[in-house]
Amino acid sequence: MTLIHPTKTEMPALDPVARRRLWDEVAVGYTVERALAESRRCVQCQEPVCEEGCPVGVPIRDFVRRVQLGDFAGAAELIRTKNVLPAICGRVCPVEHQCEAVCATNAKLEPVGIGRLERFVADWERSRPRDGAPRKPVQRLENVAIVGSGPAGLTAASDLARLGYGVTVFEALHAIGGVLRYGIPEFRLPKAIVDEDVERLRELGVEFRTDVVVGKTVTIDELLGELGYSAVFVGTGAGSPKFMGVPGENLKGVYSANEYLTRVNLMRAYDFPGYDTPVKRPTRAAVIGAGDTAMDAARVSIRLGAEEAHVVYRRSQAEMGARREDFARAVEEGAIFDWLTLPVELLGDGDGRVRALVCRRMELGEPDESGRARPVEVPGSDFELEANLVVIALGTNPNPLVPQTTPGLDVDGHGCVVVDPETGATSRPGVWAGGDIATGAATVILAMGAGRRAASSIHQSLEGG
Amino acid sequence: MARILDKRELTPVTRLFVVDAPLVARHAQPGQFVIVRVAEHGERVPISITDFDLEAGTVTLVVQEVGHTSGLLCALEPGDELLDLVGPLGLPAPLPASGHAALVGGGFGAGAVFPLARELRRRGVRVTSIVGARTAELLILRELLEPASDAYEPCTDDGSLGYHGFTAARLGELIEAGAGFTCVYAVGPMPMMRAVAETTRPHGLQTWVSLDPIMVDGTGMCGACRISIGGETKFACVDGPFFDAHAVDFDEAVVRSKMYVDEERVAAEVAL
Repeated sequence: MTLIHPTKTEMPALDPVARRRLWDEVAVGYTVERALAESRRCVQCQEPVCEEGCPVGVPIRDFVRRVQLGDFAGAAELIRTKNVLPAICGRVCPVEHQCEAVCATNAKLEPVGIGRLERFVADWERSRPRDGAPRKPVQRLENVAIVGSGPAGLTAASDLARLGYGVTVFEALHAIGGVLRYGIPEFRLPKAIVDEDVERLRELGVEFRTDVVVGKTVTIDELLGELGYSAVFVGTGAGSPKFMGVPGENLKGVYSANEYLTRVNLMRAYDFPGYDTPVKRPTRAAVIGAGDTAMDAARVSIRLGAEEAHVVYRRSQAEMGARREDFARAVEEGAIFDWLTLPVELLGDGDGRVRALVCRRMELGEPDESGRARPVEVPGSDFELEANLVVIALGTNPNPLVPQTTPGLDVDGHGCVVVDPETGATSRPGVWAGGDIATGAATVILAMGAGRRAASSIHQSLEGG
Repeated sequence: MARILDKRELTPVTRLFVVDAPLVARHAQPGQFVIVRVAEHGERVPISITDFDLEAGTVTLVVQEVGHTSGLLCALEPGDELLDLVGPLGLPAPLPASGHAALVGGGFGAGAVFPLARELRRRGVRVTSIVGARTAELLILRELLEPASDAYEPCTDDGSLGYHGFTAARLGELIEAGAGFTCVYAVGPMPMMRAVAETTRPHGLQTWVSLDPIMVDGTGMCGACRISIGGETKFACVDGPFFDAHAVDFDEAVVRSKMYVDEERVAAEVAL
């Protein structure tokens, strides 16, 4: 047996300096040679523990085996049995906390690059002509409504369409994809990939209705009543941005990450005035928070022309929520990380535009209820950090529109829809929910897992009924 | 997509559109708005619902040409389609069941107060409509609003029609004269709504203004439309658009409304 290479096969990427002004995808993806080399690092465990680390149960060992054999079509088919958005997941999954975290090689070596291989297989599949329309399953009489077209909704829609249900996806915005469309930037997830995956669902017979705000344009009661849907899945996401509540937060040039990224990704403000929606172009940007969204916002700021893009976080690097790869990319692109720094006020110029943050130094104390070291303020340590654009990336709360307008739908103290974690069933008969609306802000793949479980439970319920 | 069924020129810069939007018409309530996108490269812009007709399945929108997007919109003709129209968004205006309401409409706001007038009258509330414009021919929708009001008070800056002066001044006079208003609703340009708020404040008269800050999604997702109400941050798209006029931080709202003046100028130049 040949020795396993200790580190993952490198992922080719655009030059860090050149890409500071480019919106093209940064990670270029494996060549066939690199994919084969990486696949051979997999030892094909008898008990593939990596699969237990996958929220949608992708048959990882067996698809990697297909890659080893050069059977990329077979690999793609295997992945698709469990994951309808592989090109997306291969790019945005926090693999270091999931499949790769439990990879058997992990003990001594870097884990197998499962995410990179999944992306390779999905991209290989995308590059091939598709052989005709997909097999139409047996059609069932019942129709199911999906509310929200993010990862949870798309997965549930796909599973239910494959089972033969008539599926309609209702989306509030003018474009399909939810956070995949408005949240994740082009340089990390090209929108053409989202378009292709949506097209596949259309071929399966899924109907998409944009510009419908469920709770406003139509209610869940109407969907289940006169509109004749037998079940509803609510995957409306954690759409409501959190703010800090510090003075100066409403100055011009202060954005929630949702607004900043929506302007740039959905509305393509980076191309203003070619596109009509503007966004402020920073010279010095400060992003508050250190999760995936904060990395995206910092990297967007660099591309919009910021000479300095700071990431300001009250805890230390060890507690940061961002995917390791995206953090590394942000560092390569020149983002500056201000750890243990708490903004306590935003200062404006005479025109009401933000010009600086008043920041306070922090130090780590005893562990808090989250198990992480509690950041403690250092008295007298305040200093000013200049910035003419500030992005608040501190997470989101569940979108309240559906719960507010749906009698009998229970929510918890955080506004999350209460669901049975096994099935996604809510307190309201006929209504299932999953993804961020049920869990609070989490990841694409967890939302997909929730969409899958709910689809399966809806199927059982409709068949049983 | 939403087809334009009818279009009327109300003033040289104001157009009225009747749009086919059955789902929106079915759920619309007085005070709500829609978001419209005109072109593939276009912005999402909020527009007050001036009228809605459940049976015809239509909504009526009044658009004043003030910039690039409203210009594109005003150029559309019957038979054309709005690329996107979504709504009804926002909360219905909080309306009482009795009393005497003063509805103050400035410019395009004369259209936006109409659904309030109709609903208030239906509830048995007495309605006095005070509408203003720079000059007589810019005063819009009299034929709609006057029959829906118990009293109709036109005001013009130049005195060419009705009261010579601003709507807020007329409102103040009517209050002093003992009109007995129990509530006031103001829709229109920010300075006018602010003037109304200052007019009613000393009287402790309950006053609502309809704020239309810059928005993107209109469903509470982005927070672009945040405004300070009594020191608390609210989102106009989901918590409004109607707010207690005496609690609104108008200074902040005015500053925020000017966030993109430079970009608006660029967009206008590019369009030429």
